[in-house]
Amino acid sequence: MSSRRWDEPPAQRIIGRVSTTEPPIRPTLGELYRGFLQAGARGFGGTLPWARRMLVEERRWLTAQEFTDTFSLCNFLPGPNVASMSVIIGARFHGVLGSAAALGGLLTVPLTSILTLAVLYTRFGQLPGIDAALRGVGAAAGGLVLATGLKMATSLGRTPRVLIFLIAAFIAVAVLRWPLVPVLFGLGPISVLAAWLGTLAAWRVRA
Amino acid sequence: MSPLVTIGLRFSVLSLVAIGGVTSILPEVHRVTVDVHHWLTDAEFTQMFAIAQASPGPNMLIVALIGFHVAGLPGALTAAAAICLPSCTLAYLVERVWQRFRGTPLRRAVEAGLAPITIGLMLATGWLVARGAPGTSGVAYAITAVSAALVLFTRVHPLWCLAVAAALGLLGLV
Repeated sequence: MSSRRWDEPPAQRIIGRVSTTEPPIRPTLGELYRGFLQAGARGFGGTLPWARRMLVEERRWLTAQEFTDTFSLCNFLPGPNVASMSVIIGARFHGVLGSAAALGGLLTVPLTSILTLAVLYTRFGQLPGIDAALRGVGAAAGGLVLATGLKMATSLGRTPRVLIFLIAAFIAVAVLRWPLVPVLFGLGPISVLAAWLGTLAAWRVRA
Repeated sequence: MSPLVTIGLRFSVLSLVAIGGVTSILPEVHRVTVDVHHWLTDAEFTQMFAIAQASPGPNMLIVALIGFHVAGLPGALTAAAAICLPSCTLAYLVERVWQRFRGTPLRRAVEAGLAPITIGLMLATGWLVARGAPGTSGVAYAITAVSAALVLFTRVHPLWCLAVAAALGLLGLV
């Protein structure tokens, strides 16, 4: 057990004078399966907070920034974000086999548990207490998602551009209740363009 | 046509358009399964959504329940494969292409541009989940706030938040 707190970012490795953002640990196929199995099994009310905890804080396969970037990519892909993420992370470490191990791990417990619930439901006609318990779990799950979002925000630079687009995306979905797809495909390209122009301007200042 | 083939075809098409997860295709899943094929009644659809939420993992697995209802275990596995494999194959291919751009200014700009939006959306999701249905109780808000604070500032394992919140729900306090 390391003496470091689990929420501390993984230390960057320094090779020569080049600091890499490579994550310090490279999982085997079996570890990929077990890691995602654990994240899937804990994911009541949303798997994403658990995936980040497993990938960044507990097992350190990804840096905080790599997690955010991978998750951004998955936002634009169809299907459950965590499933796409498991496929992409698996592929990065071990190609097709890695994808299969990670996705298989992620879905094992949820698939088994949902079918068990279905059988119980058809046998007994109802699941007593489930609704009541879910109201509580839903509230806590919302808290876990908020905390994960705030942790991810701390790894961002605090520039005006970052703040403007973060707040705009939040308001569009949480306050104005716009649907996700137009927000992604409307705000996304503008924000990328702004980041691109920012990089160009920084170059010009340096030159 | 065998129901297994119909399930497979219907859900594979939906898999490729489900940007944002199951919520974006839920109306279409409802239309196909309740109105077009009459596999389920409205009430059964609602029950299945509740079961899918009670289970850990992606809510997308509601389609496995529908497959189970229509054609037993083979139906469940067909539906799960159909909803997952097309989108996951696409993710794999996109990752392969995206790797070639590693370290390029284009990729850096895309990542820098998308990160704040991703996090804004994530916070919006947490906010909407926490607000829940109209008439959410003060206790529910308190559970949300305490869970977020415990995860951010302490080493308490987040599973405790879920367990205690479920117990409070069972006791009828939420």
